[in-house]
Amino acid sequence: MSTGASVETADLLADLPPSAAVWCSGLRKRYRRQTAVDGVSFTVGRGKVVGLLGPNGAGKTTVIKMLLGLVRPDAGDMLLLGRPARDPRARARVGYLPELFRYQPWLTAAEVLALHVRLAGVAVPPEEQRECLGVVGLADRAGDRVAGFSKGMQQRLGLAVALVTRPELVVLDEPTSALDPIGRVDVRDLLLALKARGVAVLLNSHLIGEVERVCDRVVILDKGRVAAAGSLAELLGRRELRLRLDGVSADAERRLAAAGQLIRDGTTFTIALPADQDETVVPELVADLVALGVRVHAVEPARISLEEWLLDILRAGHEGERS
Amino acid sequence: MIARTVVTIAALMLKEAARRRVLWALAGLTVALLALSAWGFSRLGAELGSLTSGETRLIAAQVLNLVMFGLSLIAALGTAFLAGPTLAGEMESGTTLAVLARPVRRSAVLVGKWLGLAAFGSGFVAVAGLAQFVIVQVTVDYWPPQPVIGLALLAAETTVLLTLGLLLATVISPMASGIVSVGLFGATWIAGVVGGVGEAFGNEGVALTGTVSRMLLPTDGLWRGAMHAFQDPVALTRLGAEVEGGFPFLSDASLTPAYLTWSGLWVVLMLGLAGLAFQRRDL
Repeated sequence: MSTGASVETADLLADLPPSAAVWCSGLRKRYRRQTAVDGVSFTVGRGKVVGLLGPNGAGKTTVIKMLLGLVRPDAGDMLLLGRPARDPRARARVGYLPELFRYQPWLTAAEVLALHVRLAGVAVPPEEQRECLGVVGLADRAGDRVAGFSKGMQQRLGLAVALVTRPELVVLDEPTSALDPIGRVDVRDLLLALKARGVAVLLNSHLIGEVERVCDRVVILDKGRVAAAGSLAELLGRRELRLRLDGVSADAERRLAAAGQLIRDGTTFTIALPADQDETVVPELVADLVALGVRVHAVEPARISLEEWLLDILRAGHEGERS
Repeated sequence: MIARTVVTIAALMLKEAARRRVLWALAGLTVALLALSAWGFSRLGAELGSLTSGETRLIAAQVLNLVMFGLSLIAALGTAFLAGPTLAGEMESGTTLAVLARPVRRSAVLVGKWLGLAAFGSGFVAVAGLAQFVIVQVTVDYWPPQPVIGLALLAAETTVLLTLGLLLATVISPMASGIVSVGLFGATWIAGVVGGVGEAFGNEGVALTGTVSRMLLPTDGLWRGAMHAFQDPVALTRLGAEVEGGFPFLSDASLTPAYLTWSGLWVVLMLGLAGLAFQRRDL
C-alpha cells in the first residue's frame, strides 16, 4: 500500500463515528438442555449508561460474562470498544465488578489495585490508585488485608478495581447487592460522575429506582431474550390520569374512553394517556365532564414508573406463553 | 502482554504461598523431619562403630534416601494442595472472574501459576535438601556424590506432581484434585517398589508394573534418579547383586536421557491439556 493510500485510510477511519462501547448481535448460550441466552442483541453507545433489567435467571449475568470472555457463547458476534471481544486486548479499557465479587484475601486493598493495574498494562501512579480507594470510601483501609473486609467493603473494593485502570467502559453486575443505603447512594453518585466523564456503563441491577435515576437506556431480558429495549424517555413516555368521580352517565364514560384506554374501579377511573398528548387534553376533559353533570372529586396525573412498566412487560410475556 | 501476565501471576503465586498458612505447615513439618533425622543420624553415628566404612556408607545413604523421600513427600503434598486451591478454588470462589476479565490470556495465567508453584516447590526442595545434607555430613560424615543433580531431579518430581494437580484442578474440585494427585503419587511409588521386587525375583510381569507406572506418571522414575544421585556408588557395587532392585530406598541405575526427555514432554503435554481445559471452561 502506498503512503498516500494509507493516509487516506487513516482519514477515513478518523471520520468514522467512534465505535460503540458494546455491540453484540445474536448472542446465544445453552447450558446442557437449558437455554440461558437466546439471540440477544444490543448496543451501549460511548458515554451512555445502559441498564440491563429482568427477573432472576433471565440471562443477564451470562450476557455480561460472554461480553467479557468469561463464558464462551454458542453463537453471536461481540465488539468491545470497537475490537472483537474474542481478542483479550479488547478488555484493556474495560472495568468489571462481578456479581460474585471476591479478591485475593491474602493481599491488601492497595495490592489488589496494583495487581489489576499491572494485569491491565496501564500506567497508573500509586497516588491515583490511592485516590481511587478514597472514591469508594476505603482510603483508610488501603494497607489492610482483604480477608478482614466485610462483604460491603469487598464490594466497594470491587468498584475501585473496576475503576482504577481508567476505563472507557465499566460493567457493573449488581454493584449494590451488599451495600447499605448510604453505600447505594454513593454508587449512584459514582455512576453519575462516570456519566459526566463520558465513561460508558453497562449496569445490571435489581434496584429499578437506581436504574431509572441514572440510565439513558434500558434493555429488558426475559428468559434469555430481549423483551424490550429503548431510551427511558421512549419507554416511559406514557402517562396516566387518575380521576375520582360520581354521577358518571354513559355519555360521560364515552367521553372518558375517548381520552385514552380506560380502567374503571368503582368511582376511580384510570386513563392511560397517549405519549403525544398536548397540554389542553386534561383541562378540556375536566370541563366536558363537568358539563355532562359529573361531580369531580379528584384529578391526579401520574407517570408510569419503570417498575410498573417492567412488571407489565414481564407479565404480558408470561401470559402470552400460558394462553 | 503474555510475558507480563506470566510474570505477574507467578509473582502473585509466590506471594500467596508465602502468606498462606500452607507455608507455615510446610515449614513446621520440614523442621520436625530435619530435627528427627538429626537425632537419628547422631544415634546411627554412635552405633555404627563396629561396621566397615563401606557398610556405614551404604546404611547412611539408605537412611538419607529415606529422609529425602519424606522431604519429597512434604514438597509433593504442599504443592499439590497449593495447586488445587489456586485454580479450582479461585474458580469456585469467583476470584478468577475479576482477573480473567483483564486483557490477559487464560493460558498465560495458567503458565504463570505453574511457574510460581514450580519455583516455590524447587526452592523448598533446595533449602530443605541442603539442610539435610549438612546434617548427614556433620553426624555421619557422608556427603552425597551428586547433590545438585539429585536436588534438581527432586525439584522435577515436585514439578511433575504440581502439573498433574493443576490439570486435575481444571476439571474437579480443589480438595479432590489435591487428594487425587497425592494418591496417584503414592500409587506410583508403590508400583515402583512392586516392580523392583519383580526385577529382584526375575518376574517380568511384576517388573512391568513399575516400568508402566513410571511412564504414566514420572514422579517415581525421577525419585529413583534422585536416590541414585544421593547414594554412594562404591558401596552399592560392593554389595552388588544383594540389593539389586529389592530395596525401596536404593536405586541401581541413573536416569537415561530418553526418560528425562519423556518427563519434560510429559510436563509440557499435561500443561497443554490443562490449558485447553481451562480455556474451554465457562466461569
